[in-house]
Amino acid sequence: MKVQLAKLAHARSGDKGDTANVGLIALRDEIYPLLVREITPERVKEHFRGICKGKVERFELPNLGALNFLLHESLGGGGTLSLMTDAQGKTFSTALLRMEIEISQAEAQSLGFDPNFRV
Amino acid sequence: MKQKVRIAAGQGFWGDLPEAPVRQVEGGPIDYLMLDYLAEVTMSIMQKQRSRDPGAGYARDFVPLMKQILPACIERNIRITANAGGVNVAGCAAAVKDIALELGLGGKVRLGLVSGDDIMAKLDELLARGIELRNMDNGAPLSTVRDRIQSANVYLGAAPMLEALNRGAQIVITGRATDTGLTLAPLMHEFGWSADDWNKIAAGTIAGHIIECGAQCSGGNCQFEWRSVPNLADVGFPIVEAAPDGTFVITKHEGTGGWVTIPSVKEQLVYEMGDPHEYITPDCIADFTTIQLGYEGRDRVRVSGIEGRPATETFKVSISYSAGYKAVGTLVYSWPDAYDKAQAADKILRARLERLGLKFDQILTEFVGANATHGPLAGKPSPDLPEVQLRVGVRSENRSAVERFTKEIAPLVLTGPPGVTGFAGGRPKVEEIVAYWPALIPKREINPIVDLIEV
Repeated sequence: MKVQLAKLAHARSGDKGDTANVGLIALRDEIYPLLVREITPERVKEHFRGICKGKVERFELPNLGALNFLLHESLGGGGTLSLMTDAQGKTFSTALLRMEIEISQAEAQSLGFDPNFRV
Repeated sequence: MKQKVRIAAGQGFWGDLPEAPVRQVEGGPIDYLMLDYLAEVTMSIMQKQRSRDPGAGYARDFVPLMKQILPACIERNIRITANAGGVNVAGCAAAVKDIALELGLGGKVRLGLVSGDDIMAKLDELLARGIELRNMDNGAPLSTVRDRIQSANVYLGAAPMLEALNRGAQIVITGRATDTGLTLAPLMHEFGWSADDWNKIAAGTIAGHIIECGAQCSGGNCQFEWRSVPNLADVGFPIVEAAPDGTFVITKHEGTGGWVTIPSVKEQLVYEMGDPHEYITPDCIADFTTIQLGYEGRDRVRVSGIEGRPATETFKVSISYSAGYKAVGTLVYSWPDAYDKAQAADKILRARLERLGLKFDQILTEFVGANATHGPLAGKPSPDLPEVQLRVGVRSENRSAVERFTKEIAPLVLTGPPGVTGFAGGRPKVEEIVAYWPALIPKREINPIVDLIEV
């Protein structure tokens, strides 16, 4: 079944120059291993195609149940150079939460999701 | 030695809620008030202000704030750390001194001034000696923008602020200094932490990171169950309650709005994070993967377990340089076919710019209401969108090209697609771009200066 990341995690994003960072935080500790397995840098790069022009790096913070992504070359030059509404990458967090991942019925059930509904 | 020190955050940036520091002082017991005023490009704005008026160049809001809270701070021995000095620490201190005298606090206030961060005057000498100040993001040497530089300041750490506190400063005013240092220095002063007690220095640094954006860790901009965050109209700014062993609690004054929860603190911890194993400041390298969070009651999150490593041999330098001009024009298109009309208008505008032969380094079109924030991830806009804002930005080294662009927006109202409004603001403004150039410099090149002024 398909699950949208917004049902699994919350997030905050910001900027460093032309790089956006997205901290993705599991809503519950049990969800964190699923994020580690599914939300790979490659998937994030693919999700942000047309937006992130550089590489995507990922760092793990098991102590916070969080992953940190760096999306290079994503902010139109960054800082004051950028012409973007969101030059600071503040909404990259919610953009990542749009991602949908496929998980098994059994895993969905074990995480407390009702398998009869698309969550 | 105190067993508990309370440091309250009063400003997360220059322009944050003006009442927040007042409420931190009046809303309950605190020992320190820390105020972060300097964003990356703030120094260049201040540099410009100072070139027009030698008495300017610092966070002016700080002075009326002192007028409001200084008597209470003196009475209750609340000390203040603030990077309000900008490019004119002495000017800021002089203004605060005048206010203190006016309030009848003569003989009762000692100001600590931290400077030495400004390396503008010795840039050429540094470059001549082979210190290239390469851009940390793209590796380019500073010589490529040398003639366009407007300001150059080192991020000083906690050490000079600590010296000012040790010498009895009631108010520490710095120029460019790290926001984390504003919290760390008081903890080092109160608990006598040595500068190479890396775990404790890292703990104080992370405490500073959590509160440096003000209410962003206490319910503001909180994505986790945002509808349930209580009473944001009256949001309480965060307070660190630290213990000598380097553990601390994040909390806020009783009766204030917002919340301090594990999710709200986690969101701030990951904000603007790079490699979590090495959060580098002038004071240490903090390891965010060691942080442990737990509840210690309502609106009280305990932070412990933090480990750190020795500081690097370099300071970060914040250099600002002039990087051309930009302007952004907007128009609003209404139902029906709002998005189609906005797209058609953009095509017409671009054809006209083309015909005029204007060259831009970049033209960016966004459709606010359809895809300005999430781009292609937003999917295809509904044909029933009630309205869409066309937003076109241009950037160029050539001011006259940008100027010419600004004259092409309003005419679209009478010469483009129908159902358009939102041009009442007049022509877009041409803005000079002051860009940010991060670099590193060996610490041995920098001599922080601490001065004390008795009021």
